[in-house]
Amino acid sequence: MIELKNITKYYGDFPAVTNISFKIEKGEIVGLLGPNGAGKSTIMKMITGFMPPTNGELSVGGYDIVTQSIEARRKIGYLPETVPLYTDMTVYSYIEYMGLLRGLNKKNIKSKVDNVIEICKLEDYRNSLISKLSKGFRQRVGISQAIIHDPEVLILDEPTIGIDPNQVVETRQLIKNLSGEHTLLLSSHILPEVSSICERVLIIHEGEIAASDTIKNLSSLMSGKNKIEADIIGSPQSIVTELEKINDIKSVEFSINKSSSEFSTFTIETEVNSDIRSEISKIIINNGWGLIRLQSIGMSLEDIFLQITTSE
Amino acid sequence: MRNIILITSKEIKTYFASPMAYIVGGMFLGLTWLFFNTSIVPGESNPITESNVRGYLEPTTLLFIIFSPLITMRLFSEEEKLGTLELLLTSPVKDWEIVMGKYLASTVILISTLLCTFFYVILISIYSTPDFGPLLSAYLGIILYGIATLGVGVFASSLSSNQIVSAVVGIVILLLLSFLDSLGAMIDGIPSTIFNEIALNYHYGDFTKGVIDIRNIVYYLSTASVFLFFTIVILQMRRWR
Ligand SMILES: Nc1ncnc2c1ncn2[C@@H]1O[C@H](COP(=O)(O)OP(=O)(O)O)[C@@H](O)[C@H]1O
Ligand SMILES: [Mg+2]
Repeated sequence: MIELKNITKYYGDFPAVTNISFKIEKGEIVGLLGPNGAGKSTIMKMITGFMPPTNGELSVGGYDIVTQSIEARRKIGYLPETVPLYTDMTVYSYIEYMGLLRGLNKKNIKSKVDNVIEICKLEDYRNSLISKLSKGFRQRVGISQAIIHDPEVLILDEPTIGIDPNQVVETRQLIKNLSGEHTLLLSSHILPEVSSICERVLIIHEGEIAASDTIKNLSSLMSGKNKIEADIIGSPQSIVTELEKINDIKSVEFSINKSSSEFSTFTIETEVNSDIRSEISKIIINNGWGLIRLQSIGMSLEDIFLQITTSE
Repeated sequence: MRNIILITSKEIKTYFASPMAYIVGGMFLGLTWLFFNTSIVPGESNPITESNVRGYLEPTTLLFIIFSPLITMRLFSEEEKLGTLELLLTSPVKDWEIVMGKYLASTVILISTLLCTFFYVILISIYSTPDFGPLLSAYLGIILYGIATLGVGVFASSLSSNQIVSAVVGIVILLLLSFLDSLGAMIDGIPSTIFNEIALNYHYGDFTKGVIDIRNIVYYLSTASVFLFFTIVILQMRRWR
């Protein structure tokens, strides 16, 4: 449904997105996850045809976004990060106008608008001026205009940013309910948001895809990722016994070093988000063993996640 | 066509929903009424003639320098400021349809305001028997003059997200275009001819004499087209930026 091939985007000399390729199938619910400035909005602006890529090929529903732009745009419903609204219009007339712009005809526009007003729970604000609405309600009006024409592809850029927490929950629920009918691409810098709504996630870091997988796989990957490697001189069996007494340690394995039989290499798996290296070194020294090396390994994904998961 | 009409009618509605519309419209009509009155020669047997109409329509052309940018300033600036330009440019609507839709809205607004001044023509025909030829051609001229200035205004609006800046840019361009012929009068040779031909005023005189010269019509229409084309280019540059 959406296909990017080697997409690059420069703003002047600055590469905001470099050589990204991915494919989203019909009906998939995919999250773009990444910290601020990662390039999520830039990717969405290219998919929606707002700006052309500097390099690469991009198609939506089989239509090239540059050469068959109108056909491609017809398939898309889009909510930009800024939630653009004509504040001097009423909720009803705004949604109606956006629907007509997206090609709905005058005859059935009323029932369509009534329908999305109901889905987005805006009944009480039907004839209110948009300028009078709170941020959370504006967000819903923004979502309404994105779905008014039943687009095959729905693109939501940070749909819960800047609204108050109880409305965030409702908005997420609303998006979840919508997701069944559309191919959905959503961006966020909040990990739980993506993991609660999406089936698959693309982690964007400095304009590149750092990881791409299902939520399930990523979380199991993560749980296996917190590992420590240590080279220790001493009896391997008793070292393992002592280390296993530390609370946060899940398992300890060792291999005898072949080149130098002085020390053995230990692989220690720990709980996520706990760094127990100082505890390990204390135990080793107290027992009179020799500590040669102590190092965290294989945490690149975790590192990225930590950057991303700013507090909600 | 459907998209153009859709955008046009939305813009007209938005325009008349703001108090600005009535301030601008009221001032325009007030000033033309003033021009009309000062063009009446009291004590003559036929106090109102078609030369009165010319008398007030000539200075009215100068009003466009200010009023056209005031009508057009929000058309793109406001979209840019609200961010709605992003929605417009990602809708299945072509860039030129957006520009035409907005431009047509401004022409409808301007022409309907001008039609209000037709009241003076009715006054004239009550008190005297004017020669309708030059009168109507003068009106045709002023409408063409007006829609050319609106093209400039729409272009200016696409340059900034600040309405005031857009209006000022529009006014400056129109001042230049209006008074190029005065500059042309000061020099001679080919540059003088070029200045004259580009000047908005230069092409208006014939209309008030009852002469409808196709070249003048083409001039005003192409001035509008050139600036609308520039507007489309600016929109596309926004995408490529
Ligand atoms: N119009 C622009 N001109 C220049 N740089 C831009 C522009 N828009 C975004 N950027 C830069 O491109 C990078 C990616 O931005 P963006 O796509 O908005 O990231 P995200 O949505 O993930 O926060 C950022 O470093 C940002 O500063
Ligand atoms: Mg963003």
